[in-house]
Amino acid sequence: MSSTTPTASRGPLTALSSWLRRNLVVLAGLATLAYLLLPNLVVLVFSFNKPNGRFNYAWQRFSTDAWTDPCGVAGLCGSLTLSLKIAIWATIGATVLGTMIAFALARYRFRARSAVSSLIFLPMAMPEVVMAASLATLFLNMGVDFGFWTILIAHIMFCLSFVVTAVKARVMSMDPRLEQAAQDLYASPVQTFLRVTLPIAAPGIAAGALLSFALSFDDFIITNFNAGSTVTFPMFVWGSAQRGTPVQINVIGTAMFAIAVLCVLVGQLAGSRRKRS
Amino acid sequence: MRKPATRKRLVPYWLLLPGILWLLVFFAAPLVYQASTSLQTGSLEEGFKVTWHVQTYWDALTEYYPQFLRSVLYAASATLGCLLLGYPLAYVIAFKAGRWRNVLMILVIAPFFTSFLIRTLAWKTILSDSGTVVSVLNSLHVLDVTSWLGLTEGERVLATPLAVVCGLTYNFLPFMILPLYTSLERIDGRLHEAAGDLYARPFTTFRKVTFPLSMPGVVAGTLLTFIPAAGDYINAELLGSADQKMVGNVIQSQFLRVLDYPTAAALSFILMAAILAMVTVYIRKSGTEDLV
Repeated sequence: MSSTTPTASRGPLTALSSWLRRNLVVLAGLATLAYLLLPNLVVLVFSFNKPNGRFNYAWQRFSTDAWTDPCGVAGLCGSLTLSLKIAIWATIGATVLGTMIAFALARYRFRARSAVSSLIFLPMAMPEVVMAASLATLFLNMGVDFGFWTILIAHIMFCLSFVVTAVKARVMSMDPRLEQAAQDLYASPVQTFLRVTLPIAAPGIAAGALLSFALSFDDFIITNFNAGSTVTFPMFVWGSAQRGTPVQINVIGTAMFAIAVLCVLVGQLAGSRRKRS
Repeated sequence: MRKPATRKRLVPYWLLLPGILWLLVFFAAPLVYQASTSLQTGSLEEGFKVTWHVQTYWDALTEYYPQFLRSVLYAASATLGCLLLGYPLAYVIAFKAGRWRNVLMILVIAPFFTSFLIRTLAWKTILSDSGTVVSVLNSLHVLDVTSWLGLTEGERVLATPLAVVCGLTYNFLPFMILPLYTSLERIDGRLHEAAGDLYARPFTTFRKVTFPLSMPGVVAGTLLTFIPAAGDYINAELLGSADQKMVGNVIQSQFLRVLDYPTAAALSFILMAAILAMVTVYIRKSGTEDLV
């Protein structure tokens, strides 16, 4: 047994290499997943760091200080509430306006339909910095004060197209016979809309709203040009990259990740239970 | 009877009115305004001379062409990186995940919910000079090769092109994976069986069946990564140095720091035009015009 014959050593090696070849795609996929999740892991680990000095880039020692005092940095929680407020209003605005457009596009034939479609498509196909700079030029020339309202206007503008796309896809794939059936059963147009159309379109509207919220809450480029001296959460993080990043930012980042995963999991569980019953 | 009919014909217009007005006033009008700004010089009276117009654009191009080239190069590398990294994962989720499919989808989307600035800053920690990644790459002599190729400098990764492209690839990876997954998921599994029955080897099946059928996802994914990556200035700012500035960084500093609005406007117009031209050619070439 002490000397390994060539056949014996080739056996496991060939097995290993053939296993590798068979699972190459899966391994590559998992490597990509690791690449995607690595920064989240680092954010989590460094939220328990006690940094030496202003920058939280090197591990010093374990501490839960930041977790027990997440608002302990001046301006952090203020910027967080402001971002939440803007994201909620931008979501409401973009969802209402976008759903109306989506219904018009999916349900009606009218002149200028293709012009409207391209106007919807363009904001998604344009680099953010171009939109940001041009809107800021407009505000500047009109003498508008930058702040909450200019941010909100900009956010509704760039979220709109995403809502239209999400809702339109859902309404287009819906069977028009369902509405005809409702009408045949003497439902009024309003009843048909509220009882049949809206519930079927709801997942599309929800997806659009969720996307708007995420996009608005996380937007930096457009906000950077149109915020003036107002500081949203991404602006706070950006500023902290120069001044020194407090550990609390990692805490907020980890908490956001955990809340999002929890929400998705709960949604999935609720969805699968509904399907089963 | 005429009145309700007219009213009904007007319904789509009433539905469109508020949203379209919003886009016209806050998206389209600013672009027109931006165009006129790019023609202006110092004072408003002089602004509309055609000679000045060419001059601003020409000056902007001659002064900042390295940043333009770099933006295209970095964005193209990041898009290629996203395609190479994203395709296997999308493929695994679509065909191999089984009951893990939902979990994997959540893991792809979840990073989205941590502020992307925080995640980009995390790359600063990961790639730091004294970090594990750099020391491993260094001991494997990978950094010697990449330095020779001009991707990194000496024994560091931060503040080099590699770091910026790595950040861009990371930031836009989900935008590649999701459309790829959507188009892969639509492929009928029986086509794979049919290819197998006709004695196609797995790789041949992929090359002749799977990949061509996933082209809509490839096109959508490349556009969704290339366009925002070309205009991005966050990765170059946080992970790069002055030598990695992209055109977005120039627009940002011209607009917000130097307050040279005509140059910023001209630069963003050149960027927009260049991207529109490239995207048009790309969509024509890939023969999927009906997609967008």
